Amino acid sequence: MAARLSAGRVRTLLYAVGLVPAAATFAMGVANRLGADPVNVFERTLGLWAIRFLILSLCVTPLRELAGINLLRYRRALGLLAFWYALFHVTAYVGLDQGFDGAVLLADITRRPFVILGMVAFLIVSVLAATSNAWSIRRLGRRWGAVHRMVYLAGLCAAVHFILSFKVLRVEPLLYAVVMAVLLLYRLLPGAVRRRRLAQR
Amino acid sequence: MSPRRPWRTACKGDRFMSIFRYPHPPASEITPRSLWLSRRDLLATGLAGAIVPPGLLRPAPARAAPLTARSGGQSTEGLTPTPFQDVTHYNNFYEFGLEKTDPAERSGGFHPRPWTVRVDGLVAHPRTYDIDALLARPLQERLYRMRCVEAWSMVIPWIGFPLAELLKEVEPLGSAKYVAFESVVRPSEMPGQSGVLPVLDWPYVEGLRLDEALHPLTILAVGLYGQTLPNQNGAPIRLVVPWKYGFKGAKSVVRIRLTDSRPPTSWNLRAPDEYGFYANVNPEVDHPRWSQATERPIGVRGGFFGAARKPTLPFNGYGEQVAALYAGMNLRRDF
Repeated sequence: MAARLSAGRVRTLLYAVGLVPAAATFAMGVANRLGADPVNVFERTLGLWAIRFLILSLCVTPLRELAGINLLRYRRALGLLAFWYALFHVTAYVGLDQGFDGAVLLADITRRPFVILGMVAFLIVSVLAATSNAWSIRRLGRRWGAVHRMVYLAGLCAAVHFILSFKVLRVEPLLYAVVMAVLLLYRLLPGAVRRRRLAQR
Repeated sequence: MSPRRPWRTACKGDRFMSIFRYPHPPASEITPRSLWLSRRDLLATGLAGAIVPPGLLRPAPARAAPLTARSGGQSTEGLTPTPFQDVTHYNNFYEFGLEKTDPAERSGGFHPRPWTVRVDGLVAHPRTYDIDALLARPLQERLYRMRCVEAWSMVIPWIGFPLAELLKEVEPLGSAKYVAFESVVRPSEMPGQSGVLPVLDWPYVEGLRLDEALHPLTILAVGLYGQTLPNQNGAPIRLVVPWKYGFKGAKSVVRIRLTDSRPPTSWNLRAPDEYGFYANVNPEVDHPRWSQATERPIGVRGGFFGAARKPTLPFNGYGEQVAALYAGMNLRRDF
């Protein structure tokens, strides 16, 4: 079945399925089904999905090199989904939660490491989303890879931001941070080691 | 008479001597049982649980016995009680777990009877109070704002009695300067006390200056919404200090001790730069990770577009009564 679908169709499907959590959570919020503190649940849910898609996009390379599964043609879609969720998350924070209160937002963004880390992650994935098109790839040439390696910095910032969003250390954000760290460490392995593994396949 | 606030007629014309009558929220404000049961069904389907981080939505029924109380005499002007369902299902009570829904879901095995509260330390007559004797006292209803340090808020009709009553009975010595509160430790009944990661050190401890503890607004609550305290709200007896952040209100209290030095307090031990000993609600002093200038009222019906933030008031709106306790203090330093 999957074999008969073109890569383009799968990508469209990926976007459609990928946006279901956002649409469903939004609908639940409108219908007052997000519990006692709906804005907070909405905001957290969007942020969590941004991290999930970021992790999925970072899994593409190790999957190819270690398991021989090539999902390279879907990596951009996964990365863009992470960007969209980050954008929704920031929009929910700025608009729904803080009500576009400029003074509070300015203080948050300039003074609080917790918020700054989230914003750095968001800025990076925004730059990556903006330079993910074919024109940018041609234009940036060899530098494109260097620019897009910033995704690891975004991932680390997002993971720490997630940990700090709770009053105490929690298992769930720590697990996400560990996954993020493992993916980063894998990319830091010498290229030769990784290519040898690829060649063994 | 406003059908939304049936007790308001009693307040008319006399703010401070108003007779607060137990609020019977109109049917329109109470989440129908069928609706919150249907939320559970929604979760049972798994879809919602997979999308929204689990543990945020599930309600569970609360058990309780009715309590009678007279008005506490405070103004209830402009206060609309948060729906019972939210007061009893959106709780921070880490002894039962970290999620807001954990206390309601995981406190079913907790036994609030038999129970005693030991009051000792620097007092002339140390005493052990049985909970049933405390419940037999004349009780008052107090409709208080509750401001959580996490920047959300509720309005809760507590039932209890002034802490000052107990303290006067045991007669604090002249050397007593502080009051320390200790919550129960029961890992077998409180699953959050044996978690994987270190959360807080147990028992949960809190403290007040003696003058704060003697203030007439400070109460020991034994009930809410006309019934005994549900387990998830700190059964059978808890501290309520309405002008301070919610974490000052130690739950399931077993010991009250008068001391001459400032007692350690749980959240202050955990993160001294984030949670002070005083923890007075103060919109000007932010938490390092978020602003305290505004708050999200819990249980505002109408979906998330209905739940706009509102400004946080100094001393949570009780400044007129309590600001004098802190005259001359630098509240930015002693936060």
